[in-house]
Amino acid sequence: MMNVLDLIEGLGASITGSLKRLGLLARFFINLLRVIAPMLKRVDLHIKQIYFVGVRSLAITIVSGLFVGMVLAVQGYEVLQRFGSVESLGSLVALSLVRELGPVVAALLFAGRAGSAMTAEIGLMVATEQIAAMDMMAVNPMARVIAPRFVASIIALPILAMIFSTAGIIGSYMVGVELIGIDSGAFWSQMRVSVDFRVDVLNGLYKAIVFGIAVGLLSVFEGYYSAPTAEGVSSATTRTVVISSLTILVLDFVLTVLMFRGLN
Amino acid sequence: MNRSRTNLAVGFFVALGMAAVVFMALKVGNLASFDSSEGYQLEARFDNIGGLKVRAPVKSAGVVVGRVEAIYLDGETYEGVVQIRIRPQYRFSNDTIASILTSGLLGEQYLSLEAGGDPQYLNDGGRFTKTQSAMVLEKLIAQFLYSKASEGSGDRK
Repeated sequence: MMNVLDLIEGLGASITGSLKRLGLLARFFINLLRVIAPMLKRVDLHIKQIYFVGVRSLAITIVSGLFVGMVLAVQGYEVLQRFGSVESLGSLVALSLVRELGPVVAALLFAGRAGSAMTAEIGLMVATEQIAAMDMMAVNPMARVIAPRFVASIIALPILAMIFSTAGIIGSYMVGVELIGIDSGAFWSQMRVSVDFRVDVLNGLYKAIVFGIAVGLLSVFEGYYSAPTAEGVSSATTRTVVISSLTILVLDFVLTVLMFRGLN
Repeated sequence: MNRSRTNLAVGFFVALGMAAVVFMALKVGNLASFDSSEGYQLEARFDNIGGLKVRAPVKSAGVVVGRVEAIYLDGETYEGVVQIRIRPQYRFSNDTIASILTSGLLGEQYLSLEAGGDPQYLNDGGRFTKTQSAMVLEKLIAQFLYSKASEGSGDRK
């Protein structure tokens, strides 16, 4: 009897705990939004953060994009040749990259590469009381530390997603046309017939912007509220990657349904 | 970290992103090839539109001259109405035949326009008088079997 009650109590505690966390996140987000606009004047801070989260993620994004494109070309060719329509490889690769894989995989890589680094950095600043020190000096850490990182990830992720898609298309071109020997004219023309800039490319870009907001917010939030210990920072970093990845995938499903439902 | 080098790297990064968008627009997407707000609108009615889709190409002599804008059913005549937008530089005569064809065996369906000889041109909002519906495979096979059967019975006589 006691055992059952314990179980129910545990369930209730975990639900209240996550609701509290969600409320904390919402309040954090509103506070963050308040300080963003006045901080935008400090271009140098943002540029530094874009350098850390964007430019430093460039190599992993391009290499992953190339390989994802190459694999898509090989796998797509295997399936399409059964139907005798290997010329559609271009449109298959471009649509899957531009609509889905570009934004999603770039965001997952971004969460692992840049989001975790932001969390660890802010978490360590909390642990070493740098944030508290800033507060003492009447410098708002929300504006000085958190906001530029958040804005930088909203700017950097869409750019990375576009670069990922482009790298993927180039990778599939290298394998599909140069290696397998699909006609290059058919490859590009099929792609152009099926990919619409407004519908496919821009919706992919909007997705990337939403993912940028999600990953940026979760990364700085987890860092800001991490326990001020070595263990706390490490678990906050893990949570950032796990929660960001899940959020990206769930948001992707929701956005895809909203964007592409009425298309045909 | 030297700040000017940071600026340089970020500038390069943003420029690369812009180049990727331009690549998408010009090489991957069809932004440059056709602006959907340009051109004039025409309408064609079919008994059966088959698998024609919105945004499918409209071709004349194999050249893309426009796109399908909207498809709906006329509730009174039960005809499929296809609205297309033609690029402004192309004009088609009143007796142009609009037919729904398939590119390749499994390819997508498109609207084909065969120009006629009428000196009068179709204007914005005009309608094609001569149309040819999409080929439905089942009907085609039925027709073939029927003609084969009648051929066979003819031989026996």
